Amino acid sequence: MADAFPSALTGPSSKERKYDRQLRLWAASGQQALEESRVLLVNSDGPWSSQSAGVSGVVGVETLKNLVLPGIGGFTIVDPAIVTEADLGVNFFLEEQSLGKPRAAETCRLLQELNPDVEGSFQSKSITELMRQDPGFLAQHRLVLVSGPMKRPSLDALCKAASELNIPVLYTRSVGFYSTFSLQLPSLFPIVETHPDPETTQDLRLLNPWPELAEAASRIGDLEVLDDHQHGHVPYLLLLLHYLGKWKDAHNGNFPSNYKEKSEFREMVRSSARTSNPEGGEENYDEAVAAVLKSLNPFSLRSSTREIFEMEECKNPQADSADFWIIASAVQEFFQQHNVLPLPGSLPDMKAQSADYVSLQNIYKSKARKDVEEVTNLVRRIESQLGPRPGEILDKDIEIFCKNAAHIKVIRGRNIPEIDGEAQTLKAICNNISIPDSLVPVFVAFQVLDNVVTGLQEGKLSSGSIDDEVVWDTEIDRVLFALTSDDQSAVDQDARELILEATQELRRTEGGELHNISSLTGGLVAQEALKVITRQYVPLDDTCVFDGVRSRSEMYTL
Amino acid sequence: MASTNSSLRWKHLHKVLTKPGPFSDQDWVPGLETISALETSKILVIGAGGLGCEILKNLALSGFKDIHVIDMDTIDISNLNRQFLFRQSDIGKPKAEVAAAFVERRVKGVRITPYVGKIQDKDEDYYMQFKIVVCGLDSIEARRWINATLIGMVDPSNPESLKPLIDGGTEGFKGQARVILPTLSSCIECQLDMHAPRPAVPLCTIATIPRQPQHCIEWAHQIAWQEKRKDDPFDSDDLDHIGWVYNEALVRSKQFHIHGVTFQMTQGVVKNIIPAIASTNAVIAAATTSEALKIATSCNPYLDNYMMYAGEEGVYTYTFEAEKKPDCPVCGNLARSMTVDPDMTLQEYIDALGDRPEAQLKKPSMRTEGKTLYQRFPPQLEEQTRANLNRKLRDLVENGQEIAVSDPAYTIDFRYRLLFK
Repeated sequence: MADAFPSALTGPSSKERKYDRQLRLWAASGQQALEESRVLLVNSDGPWSSQSAGVSGVVGVETLKNLVLPGIGGFTIVDPAIVTEADLGVNFFLEEQSLGKPRAAETCRLLQELNPDVEGSFQSKSITELMRQDPGFLAQHRLVLVSGPMKRPSLDALCKAASELNIPVLYTRSVGFYSTFSLQLPSLFPIVETHPDPETTQDLRLLNPWPELAEAASRIGDLEVLDDHQHGHVPYLLLLLHYLGKWKDAHNGNFPSNYKEKSEFREMVRSSARTSNPEGGEENYDEAVAAVLKSLNPFSLRSSTREIFEMEECKNPQADSADFWIIASAVQEFFQQHNVLPLPGSLPDMKAQSADYVSLQNIYKSKARKDVEEVTNLVRRIESQLGPRPGEILDKDIEIFCKNAAHIKVIRGRNIPEIDGEAQTLKAICNNISIPDSLVPVFVAFQVLDNVVTGLQEGKLSSGSIDDEVVWDTEIDRVLFALTSDDQSAVDQDARELILEATQELRRTEGGELHNISSLTGGLVAQEALKVITRQYVPLDDTCVFDGVRSRSEMYTL
Repeated sequence: MASTNSSLRWKHLHKVLTKPGPFSDQDWVPGLETISALETSKILVIGAGGLGCEILKNLALSGFKDIHVIDMDTIDISNLNRQFLFRQSDIGKPKAEVAAAFVERRVKGVRITPYVGKIQDKDEDYYMQFKIVVCGLDSIEARRWINATLIGMVDPSNPESLKPLIDGGTEGFKGQARVILPTLSSCIECQLDMHAPRPAVPLCTIATIPRQPQHCIEWAHQIAWQEKRKDDPFDSDDLDHIGWVYNEALVRSKQFHIHGVTFQMTQGVVKNIIPAIASTNAVIAAATTSEALKIATSCNPYLDNYMMYAGEEGVYTYTFEAEKKPDCPVCGNLARSMTVDPDMTLQEYIDALGDRPEAQLKKPSMRTEGKTLYQRFPPQLEEQTRANLNRKLRDLVENGQEIAVSDPAYTIDFRYRLLFK
């Protein structure tokens, strides 16, 4: 056995104790990624008008709270606002003495108190000014959070600069009972550790056992001669392999392939259980019967994996390709040769004697190890063909990839959606707007708000416009015009009504935040930030809308 | 002056309380009275942990002024990754007191009254003073207790006796928020089987045929400790105790050639640790307090009645109306049907009640209308009824007969109609 047993008692460090409850979700590797990351929060872009202080930035601060607590490396808050009385009614990370002081400094100070391991800094300027003064500023960060609504030119410039540096952006807005946020990822965002439900990840190869597994099944020989104890402890995997052999003999060498045949096969297994024993049945047979329908499927590649294999980046990796693509390319070659992916090697628990289970487990583990070795050789060959790269791909990374190969994922990043942006956004909005219970009308209402705020900040609208019926109606018309420019029927009367209602609900607080909704949104946004930074689990693609009136949310790819 | 400041400070919140919206009820009258109703609503928070800290902050910033909080726990180092009202220097202090003091200090004008102790310490008079109860608990048992208590308090002739219960729960990236109107809508007990406990590993596997590292840990915890340190009460918070179990488990795992026993896993198995992060707690806590604000003010319709959330793959929520069950042992008036094997012994049936998702009763006593089947207390009665434990169900009850089950964890009887398989 290659794995060594740990020798002495090694208790957890105080850091492991503090982070225990989250390490169980993203392990030391996720924690390390988190601790190496610095996050930028752009928490406002100056006042909207002489009468309005602008964005309160509660979602931004609440998001940071949820990142500081689990131990993000550091954060920078960019916020030119001065703390007002209204801030104290919505923002928990301000106190009485903060009144009249720079909001960036005050929120930074009170957030830092949450975790001494986290480094915080602040800038009381606008992001536009800061980026002009210090061209290297953005590049210090691994993720950008933007609290909107923000005027279009500032937002567009920030998103473009981040995109050029491959830095993901989360753009959020929270007004009254509604909120929405969108995630802009780099053009290709691969994830290896997607953490699928363990139930869906079992790969037991019962229909195409490799020689060592087939050999183990044939060793059980005649089940009839076993005593009750032995008979009741044959691992169900071996039982299934055994009865599959019998089935094939009686069916011209074919496996049970459709539902009817599988049901017949299941009956064959069920009827072979001994019922004359004191328990009146056998657990291992029960397990075998329960596994028939889900485990007797021929290996098939998930369409998402097939798509990845067909991508240019996988077919022709370059010297400057990310490790992901080189390993993916090797795994694809493995698949071409064997018509299966590398075996993950894990085995579910099942009724069995300890030694029998462990030896069966070793058959799976050693096959998995052999597959990893084969993929590693392919990776090394590709590396040498490509010529000099920054460093050899780690064995550990190849192993993790092989274990997760069936569930890898690549998200194609999109720009922060805007109605007067890309054609695909417009199309996606129109496609989703009339679906029953759609929350796209709420998203459209936020677009209208963005336009109003842009008009205010650019001085094109007068300072009272945020609650001016005429201004809103004009902006709604403009957005509807953009949506229907190609197809007059794209937005029907019902959808128009829904957009109107959503704008009314938004106008109720005149652009102001409610703490509950912003706190909830800060939780959702932090969740996405954690997934992006740790590269574990699957982030949003690409927009979420939360409706606090009806307590529900929807995701859209816009 | 104070009122001017106050209206400036709460201007965003007050806008939704003084203006109707497109979804607020037609008959609702927004205005100062709504604000004053909110400010005088006494609200109880059960739990000052991961959810509780967030709930207290959210309620204080939602305009509630009179908040009470109950929690029996003290602060542990592993709380600090999410329970943001606590610092390193607070370790060992009572959660309810530290959390209450922090939020009072931060949010001017809010009063938070802590109680350090169990919810079972308090009686109906105590719970009657609140308008709404919000739960942020990690224990199913405590939820079932408060649920049954609030349902038992409902007096149809007194509308004030109906206390909306808003419940939140999380596990890792998942969670749920639900609104319960006692006796009127689906209750915690109606939904019990949606939150099934993890099936326990059979004792014979642990004792004789371990296959997983967890089986070795269970052996060290349940069997080795009893054999070697019987007189030493096991304390799952004592790292030396965990270390002992870890070492014993390691020895056993080597004997059986099982890999994977770690200290972290030992702690997880022994304490039944559920992963928990700040962000999920933030989502669920705010979902509950948003409903509290809507219920207290009618500024928008409230959740009817269940929202589940899963964050592993994008942002997924599912909002639906859970059904009220007529055979719910707490809020229904019919006995719940339960199919049983008539050849199982009463002892086996009692053990099964602990695991069955719809029952989850760990220490049941039971009787039919005519006779006591098994009674744990007092000792004389236990002795008299003990012999029944080895008898088969078919010899004790009729097919279709109703039994009443009591459990020391709950104040009510559970009624089951036993149907023979």
